[in-house]
Amino acid sequence: MWLLGRRLRFPAQPPCSPGELRLSVLGSRQNNFFTSGGVELFDLAAQGRIDAFFLGGGQIDGQANINLVGTGNYPRTSVRWPGSFGSAYLYFLVPRVILFREEHTRRVFVPRVDFISAPGVSAPEVHRPGGPRALVTSRALFSFDAQAAGFTLQSVHPGHSAAEVRENTGFAYREALPTVVTPPPDRFALALLRGPVREELSEVYPRFAAVLAAEELTAEPGPP
Amino acid sequence: MGQAGWQDLAALAAQVHSGCLLAVPKDSSGVSMAITREILRSGVRDLHLVCLPTSGLQAEVLIGAGAVRTLETSAVSLGEFGPAPRFAAAVRAGTIRLLDATCPALYAAFQAGQKGLPFIPLRGLIGSDLLRMRADWKVIDNPFAPGDAIALLPAIRPDVCVFHAPLADAEGNVFIGRERDLLLLAQASRRCLVSVEAVSKENLLRDPARAGSVIPAIYVNGLARAPGGAQPLELEGHHETDAAQMSAYVSRSSTEAGFRAFLDEWLSLGKVAA
Repeated sequence: MWLLGRRLRFPAQPPCSPGELRLSVLGSRQNNFFTSGGVELFDLAAQGRIDAFFLGGGQIDGQANINLVGTGNYPRTSVRWPGSFGSAYLYFLVPRVILFREEHTRRVFVPRVDFISAPGVSAPEVHRPGGPRALVTSRALFSFDAQAAGFTLQSVHPGHSAAEVRENTGFAYREALPTVVTPPPDRFALALLRGPVREELSEVYPRFAAVLAAEELTAEPGPP
Repeated sequence: MGQAGWQDLAALAAQVHSGCLLAVPKDSSGVSMAITREILRSGVRDLHLVCLPTSGLQAEVLIGAGAVRTLETSAVSLGEFGPAPRFAAAVRAGTIRLLDATCPALYAAFQAGQKGLPFIPLRGLIGSDLLRMRADWKVIDNPFAPGDAIALLPAIRPDVCVFHAPLADAEGNVFIGRERDLLLLAQASRRCLVSVEAVSKENLLRDPARAGSVIPAIYVNGLARAPGGAQPLELEGHHETDAAQMSAYVSRSSTEAGFRAFLDEWLSLGKVAA
């Protein structure tokens, strides 16, 4: 699941006000308003109508380069992933790209990706209104600073530690001190995630949604 | 085109020649597995397969059967069913030449082909290994605003495109609903071969509610009626992806021998049913 969702803002609306947030899951038919074919998503991004985009990576390095192609020497990669999809375009044009990867290990977060599907930062002569802003994993949340070309650990999730994050991350990053624990979602957010969000997700990712539903049954009760 | 454009699937597949540039749509747009099966039966080899902008099962079986020499795509994915096994095996073995791309680059290059342009500029790409590995992609300084680097991509004009659509009329006009990628494929390609679910008695262009979602017959070179011709892949408004068949394919094709057994069955089954 490389491309999870995107948020659209129409020019007449103020940016980022919660009531007007529009989230779309790529591949959905029910929520698909496109009438110009697959190119419309990319044209929307070029027109500045997409505020944020979630993007995964098979490998991600400390400069936020992402690899969706495979490990080993290209083209005969020993492990081959599907391919770069729209990353080499959207990563440049969407203002807030949020990287996500559930597996937080040294085989994912590497010193240098084996193949750059899309670079984290660009030279000054390259048109780049967008790029990475954050990285979310199963253990922690990082922010990304394009000027410094590096990540900063912002918080660790409940039950995890900064030392554990260090141990499982293959690239260098800064740490915001003291270590902060990621606040859990409030009841409203949790209900949203487990209700409408999971429901919408199940259209495109039925198996993933089923796994989430099963996990929820065994999860601890949510916050009051 | 007229009614002469209606043929059987084998006659359509006979127009896909070894070594040609063959264009196909993504899995959800309407893939003609029916024509694909006939292409494989005809023994075609050395295809340059270009996907708009990705592929899944269709690329998998064409690659697994050894029909593909060059693969130009943004991805080969079977989605939640798992990695595409024969694609991954061919990459490891180095038996196909890879032209890895990004989705908007393929859309743009097809649009250049559609417009008869030699090339088209595209944002993004610079600094990626996609660009570094593509000798046919260039970077120039924006001639209108120097100091602005931008990538140039050569147009894609496929020899032939192949897809499956819900409906066509006797004249050869093809209804595609919202799957506009199919129109782009038809207009950019030199020849266009289509299998359809059903045939309309009415001329589709005479219905204003549908005419805007029709590929006019002038872009269509051959049609065949093939109900279920996209299966096991989905066809909007008709059926979902057949999850059981997809899962069975993935587990069987984890080995070369397993894939060969699948392929023999798939090719012979169609022959019996046809």
